[in-house]
Amino acid sequence: MPQTLYDKLWISHLVRQEDDGTALLYVDRHLVHEVTSPQAYEGLKLAGRGVWRADSIVATADHNTPTRDWERGIEDPVSRLQVETLDANIRAHGAAAYFPFRDPREGIVHVIGPEHGATLPGMTVVCGDSHTSTHGAFGCLAFGIGTSEVEHVLATQCLLSRKAKNMRVRIEGSAGPCVSAKDIVLALIGRIGTAGGTGCAIEFAGSAIRALSMEGRMTVCNMAIEAGARAGMVAVDDRTVEYLRGRPLAPRGELWERAVAHWRTLVSDEGATFDRVVELDAGSIAPQVTWGTSPEMVASVEGAVPDPAREADSTRREGIERALQYMGLQPGMPITAIRFDKVFIGSCTNSRIEDLRAAAAVVRGRRVDPGIRQALVVPGSGLVKRQAEAEGLDRIFVAAGFEWREPGCSMCLGMNADRLEPGERCASTSNRNFEGRQGAGGRTHLMSPQMAAAAAIAGRVVDVRRML
Amino acid sequence: MEKFTRHVGLVAPIARNNVDTDAIIPKQFLKSIRRTGFGPYLFDEWRYLDRGEPGQDCAARPLNPEFVLNQPRYRGASILLTGKNFGCGSSREHAPWALLDYGVRALVGKSFADIFFNNCFKNGLLPIRLPQAEIDALFADVAARPGYRLMIDLEAQTVARPDGRAIPFEIEPYRKHCLIEGLDDIGLTLRHRDQIAEFEARRRLEQPWNFSR
Repeated sequence: MPQTLYDKLWISHLVRQEDDGTALLYVDRHLVHEVTSPQAYEGLKLAGRGVWRADSIVATADHNTPTRDWERGIEDPVSRLQVETLDANIRAHGAAAYFPFRDPREGIVHVIGPEHGATLPGMTVVCGDSHTSTHGAFGCLAFGIGTSEVEHVLATQCLLSRKAKNMRVRIEGSAGPCVSAKDIVLALIGRIGTAGGTGCAIEFAGSAIRALSMEGRMTVCNMAIEAGARAGMVAVDDRTVEYLRGRPLAPRGELWERAVAHWRTLVSDEGATFDRVVELDAGSIAPQVTWGTSPEMVASVEGAVPDPAREADSTRREGIERALQYMGLQPGMPITAIRFDKVFIGSCTNSRIEDLRAAAAVVRGRRVDPGIRQALVVPGSGLVKRQAEAEGLDRIFVAAGFEWREPGCSMCLGMNADRLEPGERCASTSNRNFEGRQGAGGRTHLMSPQMAAAAAIAGRVVDVRRML
Repeated sequence: MEKFTRHVGLVAPIARNNVDTDAIIPKQFLKSIRRTGFGPYLFDEWRYLDRGEPGQDCAARPLNPEFVLNQPRYRGASILLTGKNFGCGSSREHAPWALLDYGVRALVGKSFADIFFNNCFKNGLLPIRLPQAEIDALFADVAARPGYRLMIDLEAQTVARPDGRAIPFEIEPYRKHCLIEGLDDIGLTLRHRDQIAEFEARRRLEQPWNFSR
């Protein structure tokens, strides 16, 4: 019987299954960061258990780490203790690779996994972080787990799980100029909603997905969770294989050839059935900007803020009213009338080299609008940062008035010092526009790196297609 | 994990869809390396008028009188009535830890986000999914009758209203078993350690690149 990519990944990791469908799934790669792991390691210790397979672990500190003045260490004592706890846990239990605070290869866990070849096609990849879906871009089954599950994986190398439904999102056609992976996935979430993929594993397919770079595919899979799906994935093709060639943890020599031959089978079979299919035409997607407090509250740059009075469903109407009140926006105002205080280019969604190149192309030779209090560029990893510096991107950003920072999660969630103050409005390349996400009372508008760069220059939302 | 068999409790309505885990427990409290002590910061930004910081004495903070859990009639609520997609967003298990630490034992809603739903079961917090019509009726009843309580019977898989009408709900047998017995699922999984080791050995042989370091 023809199988979907997800079916293949699922079945190849199934250790056992109970009568009620509860399955024990083997985990190949366990990514670990400082926020969701301390209680898991403590749980192991309290139960007198050890780590099943330390060489499945790749760890880094990313959420709490400052993005400047690294020589001063971590000044917040609570953050410092959490990062030092990770240091101690990795020291005690081991890992295949650890990139601690201030290591030149440190970075956001979802950027460094692929960068080091720690994420390979056909693997199961888990992390105590919902954006683990990012790694599905490589034709693997990758999803976020809670801390109890982190402990379960540490102790047993397995996860208790239930098979999700197969959903295929097919995006055909070619995206117009300046329409990026971020716009595609925001448009999708606008269409199916933040619970549209709940209970599903989404395979992203179609010519527009095939045309994306690995970086772009990671952006799309990253936000599968914002559509409610724990896992997003893209079938393996030449681009996947070429990205991985020569990465430090990728196989070499004869093993590489064997691996590639297997990876090439990681596609949905012709005639495989999906429980749900959604189709989108890439050619009809314009640059997207969120106006509300959920990623599904999104509009085209050519559009307007919705009028709740025109919403028939009462819960949805109240949701829009509440969002507009929180966001300080008027019904019906053009999206391009939204003005910003801050701009953030970074996060596991959009901090890879391609994102920085795209933003720099908009910024080159221009100046950040004087109304912008702070414009941050936070590379996803130390390696991305050095690559960008080798290409001179840092000088373009700095000359325009951006701050060029050290890598980390930074203002995506503001666990470190990078955050919004109450009422501040931010053009952000991150993934969540929830109330208070970037700082209590902060107002987040999600968009692509090009659009955020354009917003920094104009001081407001502007259609980047008119700037290039 | 604390067992869950039967629970009778006061119901408080959280009448919003897409309540995200950032709202349930904001990021500044995730710096803790403990599993306990998050209750005072549950729904921090909605519950208080000032900005909360870890370690703060919450008794001295100004409460937002508008927020439902601050209203005297909902004091001591242990069952939250919710809308669609409750718990969406981040995988932070601090969200169910904060709910439990506050005193919540069960959630009754239209739907829950996948990771949050899973995390609840690992901690003895029961999320119950009911059809929209039942949820709408419960919201109306809670609003109309102060002191509205529900009785949840996990064994029977019912939510009983004060008028005695019992609404049935679905739950996977494995999860039900673990909750009723208060079982640690790591211990259960480790009973299959030989099977895991065998699977792993075969995988190492067939796809050794997944084990390279």
